Amino acid sequence: MRYAFYPGCSLESSAKEYRASTVLVARSLGIELEEIPGWICCGSTPGHMSDKLVGIALPAHTLAAAAKMGTEGVLVSCASCYSRLRAANHAVRASEAVANQVALALGERYAGDVPVYHMLEIVAKAAEAPDFEERIKRRLKGLKVASYYGCLLVRPPDITGFDDQEDPQSLDRVVAALGAEPIAWRHKVECCGAALAFTHADVALKLSGEILEDAKSSGADAVVVACPLCQSNLDLRQRNIERFLGIDLEVPVIYFTQLVGLAFGYSAGQLGLGKHMVNPVPLLKRRGIHV
Amino acid sequence: MTHAGSGHEEVGVTDFLEEVESQTGEKVRICYQCGKCSAGCPVGYVMDLLPNQVIRLIQLGLRQEVLDSSTIWLCASCETCATRCPREIEIVRVMDYLRQQARLGGHTHAAREVPIFIHSFLANLKRFGRLYEPMLVGMYNLASGHLTKDMDKAPAMIIKRKLALLPSRAKGLHRMRQILKNIEEMRRR
Repeated sequence: MRYAFYPGCSLESSAKEYRASTVLVARSLGIELEEIPGWICCGSTPGHMSDKLVGIALPAHTLAAAAKMGTEGVLVSCASCYSRLRAANHAVRASEAVANQVALALGERYAGDVPVYHMLEIVAKAAEAPDFEERIKRRLKGLKVASYYGCLLVRPPDITGFDDQEDPQSLDRVVAALGAEPIAWRHKVECCGAALAFTHADVALKLSGEILEDAKSSGADAVVVACPLCQSNLDLRQRNIERFLGIDLEVPVIYFTQLVGLAFGYSAGQLGLGKHMVNPVPLLKRRGIHV
Repeated sequence: MTHAGSGHEEVGVTDFLEEVESQTGEKVRICYQCGKCSAGCPVGYVMDLLPNQVIRLIQLGLRQEVLDSSTIWLCASCETCATRCPREIEIVRVMDYLRQQARLGGHTHAAREVPIFIHSFLANLKRFGRLYEPMLVGMYNLASGHLTKDMDKAPAMIIKRKLALLPSRAKGLHRMRQILKNIEEMRRR
């Protein structure tokens, strides 16, 4: 299986460990990732806030480049990029007028026909296959995790649609397949406020704080995520959240690809576990998982 | 025609309602004010108008009140409202249009930081083709006057090599610039 890989901007810097772990897990699953040549930023939330056409044309450019690669489709690890790429496909297919405007902006026509998959979709499907069990070298027994989906992976369902929008299960199933225990909690699809982290930090700190507090009080050792913006909001800003809310958290926030990579036998160094602000390694050791 | 008790009342169609509907493709007029959008909105607690109130004011044609509200800037585009709306109104698309109109008309006093953030973000894309996070922080902080914002995270990020110290100029940079230029020209026409 060969996919056109769209890393997105975060995976180039603040989420390097997400990229490294995505690449390793893909390799183990026999998935070939070929980076889309000349990819550009999808515009993220500021793109569609600034102008409807900017929000569609930027991801459409990258999709048009991917169309020329002749792969299974685009594979993306960031939930925000995923949402924008799929929204562009949706918009171009839904309206001839929009497709024409996009063609004018890009200088080429894009038909909206390149499938876009989030890495979680691919891993969740792989985890259902009978040979998945054989790949596990290190069972994550005893580790309790809160599966956090956030917003754009599951909403709105007519754009994303690979899992339930209110009570998704795909990540919980992956976690369980690794031998870890997915806990029941209430904040799995609540917004972390990443879009407001710059401009209204108090709001972002409150929303992220509530997510971490719920995970912790529901018995989770760690939160597992599938988005670099969620990760940085929950981990990089965790000290600010603790100060803002006057609470102690110390909750590691781990990419799901890192968790899968651990189970597949990769080392903490290979998976970039040391890059998180709340270091997950002591927790893993406490649970008898030697990395 | 309206029958008392029929449960179906025609809302008088205002110019602003027509404008929002034609520009967004969303049928704002069919909102029956169930309030589900506001009940689920994670940011509702700091908004001056709740999302359902914004929709109602659009129906009533109160352009100024809507564009002056803090709500359009506080909306985090989380899509909870749109996902739950029984009338299937894509409220984020409506909010996007309102934000664009507010920026064009200079109605940004309710939350001046968000337009500055949008501007800094897009300026970054024009410069590099991809987002270069340190430059985004720098540009935003300078333009907004919040000079020390997020500076506390820089040392640990540098030690953990989570910051790209130099921007990676996208091979597609010239394409990014061309696309943004094409759209600006289309907008001027």
